[in-house]
Amino acid sequence: MRVTKYIITSPESEILPSDIAMRIYGSRHNINIKETCFGIIINGEEEEITDLVKEIRAMDPTGIFIKDRGFPPGDIRRCRGHRGGGARPGYYMIESESKLLPLISKALISEEAGPGPKEIEPIQKKRPISIKKLDEIIREEIS
Amino acid sequence: MARVIIYPPTSLILADLVERMGHKALVAPEAVRNRVNNPEIKSPPLNITPEEPKKGLKYAAVDVPSGVRGRMALIGPLIEEADAGIVLDDPGVLTGCAGCNRTNELTRLLIKTKGIPVLDLRYPRDESEAREFVTRVKTFLEGLK
Repeated sequence: MRVTKYIITSPESEILPSDIAMRIYGSRHNINIKETCFGIIINGEEEEITDLVKEIRAMDPTGIFIKDRGFPPGDIRRCRGHRGGGARPGYYMIESESKLLPLISKALISEEAGPGPKEIEPIQKKRPISIKKLDEIIREEIS
Repeated sequence: MARVIIYPPTSLILADLVERMGHKALVAPEAVRNRVNNPEIKSPPLNITPEEPKKGLKYAAVDVPSGVRGRMALIGPLIEEADAGIVLDDPGVLTGCAGCNRTNELTRLLIKTKGIPVLDLRYPRDESEAREFVTRVKTFLEGLK
């Protein structure tokens, strides 16, 4: 059975979607590829896709994220050219989760490194300055 | 290898973490794939027939809208074959397969009452929460092996 997968790169990954596409083009796999702005869509027989996914993940284990897709690439039931433009359904979910991918990547790197002596310091929340301090600053600037 | 149902069933992060740890993620696109790639197209374009809301009767009453019952016809079988579940409590705005909030409520209820191990999480907002998020998922999935 032919399966389709999204290969999505983290915004902070050094691997570009075009790098992954070139890697697949140069391989022995008989896979259809569609490049997108956030990654690539691959379509092929299930066994080939399973093998390929392992190779692609090895390119950047903590910066490449993979999920299933129901429709093959270019399917007219989802093609933006046939449906009058606009984002494909599911894009908004990918968009919202891709903002979290850098955090998840860093967490995966920490997990691989194991527990270490370095602790991540909690982010210090900035507080607004007091009125008195603001008044002093204004007076200094004006004078 | 355990079969893990994830909520939202379209989540990239959860599906990737589950597959990365060597388990099978039960996701909505898998159910969609079986329908849209069927060579015997009974009901173009998406092969959703009037039978789907009837299959959904197993999970929701007849007075529940057909959109809920139709979605449950896809997602219900995934829940039935699940050995464990991961549920995000605050997935934010959901669209498409996960765009019906009544279906989502029913999905969460069925996962939590099925009697399988379930991990409840929230999306991380900073680095320390992300580390905790990944550690909790990893620990949970390792306990399933």
